[in-house]
Amino acid sequence: MREVIPDLGDAPEDMASPDGSFGGPDPDAFAADAPEMPYVEDLSSLPGDVKSRMLRAGVVTDDLSGRAGTFIQVDHTPVHISLAQDGVEMMSVREAREKHDWLSDYWWKAVDADADRFTSNVEHGDYNGYFIRALPGQKTLLPLQACLYLGTDDLAQNIHNIVIAEEGSELHIITGCTSGTHSGAGLHLGVSEFYVKKGAKLTFTMIHDWQPGISVRPRTGIIVEEGGTFLSNYVIMKPVKDVQTNPVARCVGRDATVRFNSVIAGFPGGRMDLGSTVYLDAPGSRTEIISRAIAVGGEIVARGYIEGNAPDVRGHLECRGLILDKGGVIHAVPELRGTIAGIDLSHEAAVGKIAEEEVQYLMARGLTHDEAAATIVRGFLHVDIEGLPDALSQEMQHAIEASEQDLM
Amino acid sequence: MDDVMLSVSNLHVEVSGVEILHGIDLTIRYGETAALFGPNGSGKSTLLMTLMGFPKHIVTGGNIVFKGQDVTGMTVDERARLGLGISFQRPPVVRGVKTRDMVTACLRREVSDGELRDMAGAAGMEEFLDRDVNYGFSGGEIKRSELLQLLAQNPEFVLLDEPESGVDLVNIAVIGDLINRLLQKDVRIRERSHSGLIITHTGHVLDYVSARTGYVMIDGRLSCGGDPHEILLTIKQCGYEECSRCVK
Repeated sequence: MREVIPDLGDAPEDMASPDGSFGGPDPDAFAADAPEMPYVEDLSSLPGDVKSRMLRAGVVTDDLSGRAGTFIQVDHTPVHISLAQDGVEMMSVREAREKHDWLSDYWWKAVDADADRFTSNVEHGDYNGYFIRALPGQKTLLPLQACLYLGTDDLAQNIHNIVIAEEGSELHIITGCTSGTHSGAGLHLGVSEFYVKKGAKLTFTMIHDWQPGISVRPRTGIIVEEGGTFLSNYVIMKPVKDVQTNPVARCVGRDATVRFNSVIAGFPGGRMDLGSTVYLDAPGSRTEIISRAIAVGGEIVARGYIEGNAPDVRGHLECRGLILDKGGVIHAVPELRGTIAGIDLSHEAAVGKIAEEEVQYLMARGLTHDEAAATIVRGFLHVDIEGLPDALSQEMQHAIEASEQDLM
Repeated sequence: MDDVMLSVSNLHVEVSGVEILHGIDLTIRYGETAALFGPNGSGKSTLLMTLMGFPKHIVTGGNIVFKGQDVTGMTVDERARLGLGISFQRPPVVRGVKTRDMVTACLRREVSDGELRDMAGAAGMEEFLDRDVNYGFSGGEIKRSELLQLLAQNPEFVLLDEPESGVDLVNIAVIGDLINRLLQKDVRIRERSHSGLIITHTGHVLDYVSARTGYVMIDGRLSCGGDPHEILLTIKQCGYEECSRCVK
């Protein structure tokens, strides 16, 4: 299946390409090899600064009782894998390929290996990543967590993840992507392929917490079968050099559902081109894409694309952007395409500032101007997420609240 | 004059470069509730917004003294913290900010979920705590939300801008009850410390909330300080034309 990914190949790094996406870094300009890391049995023994970085990305290391499983990868090396849940597989993707011959049926099937130079680099490079699979009918109550940690300067980290929610299963995953505090430059390439089988539910919450020198190019594909639900939450509230991603979900089974929620903050010097794409290819399938972008600097392109190709599909897209006094650029690009009668697609987009009328309203209740503005910003960034376990809602909220000071 | 809570002297106010209020004089004592009548566009809401300190309402002359302090130059939040509170006629929707956030902000202290629910329940707003404030609220729900916030804020002086507008007859009684709580109507008059100024078009709210004095605003000027029920009766019988003649 061909992903819709802007061709960034020839665009200079510091120039936006004609389709509005940003030019990207050259993976070959980064180191391909990183030292092998030792296995870490007890995550609480990790250095304090590493644990702190992971925690900011929603990954806990001291008390794993609230997690059904944990996967930690540093650079190219999986350094910890533990599982406390029956009916779920969690291992490195390399190990999974050795264990399951059938995995070739899923390998580069939701994302095209030839989509761009980043996917190509992952395919040919020294990749690793996680494989998570919920067996048929297995419902996890607690989330599984994964951390993809970029620890070596100037490294191109190649990740390839496969997640399969088998028929009738339920799976909740939180992935924290982060880098060491010492990190200067770096490139994170993350290919993720999700397969949601008939009647399964998969929630995927990703928190990015990078450093200002890191470039990030996730490439994500999702295939949702009949009656399946895929719910994605993406939070990036800390400075990063540049990110470009546009996950593509295909509803291939009747009544499949996809929801994308994104909460984004842009900072001076940072550039982010973040989209979500959904193809409603089966009757009755539906989607909702919600994006909240807030800028105190830098440039954010918030894209959304819904295509209705089957009868009785419904889709709604909401891009809202808030530019605070410190400035920044937000470019909202909501797109809808219908190819058949009987579809219902809609969108709303707004980019603006904090309404002074709202600030004054809160001030009339005794809040100072700054308190009122902070309350409005906090509200703006709050996204009601139906079906997300409390633990993940809290992690998302922590990641957002931890950045309020930076914004205000 | 120790019993005066709010004193407005020769107040002139501009909005967008146009003078709306032309020399308002008004005195309200501790424990007193006053009603303000007047036709649309006469300047009633402008007076309330000016008393609260909203920056678009620019005082070009005169002053406002509240509890012995000249508050004319104070910001909205400074006045709120000093004890002024307002119920808006048409408050803005604040997307993402929940009603519970607003009530908690008004309380300015930690509050348990149970206490919050009890407070909201008294205003018939328990089901609205987790909804964006004013988003999709009916007229009556907006008024109850405003009064719930004010009850949490507990201001000593309450400015109420048409609290009964858009409210059905059944809900007016609820609104009236909430206003009475705000204005300490259950306390003996001498012991009351809370005061209020209520804008009303229809006077329906006065069936539930007693007001000691009434005023009529005509073209940015106050007239007819007196018994609010007599004033209302005159307005009903003669219309505002009679008040206009008085002012002239």
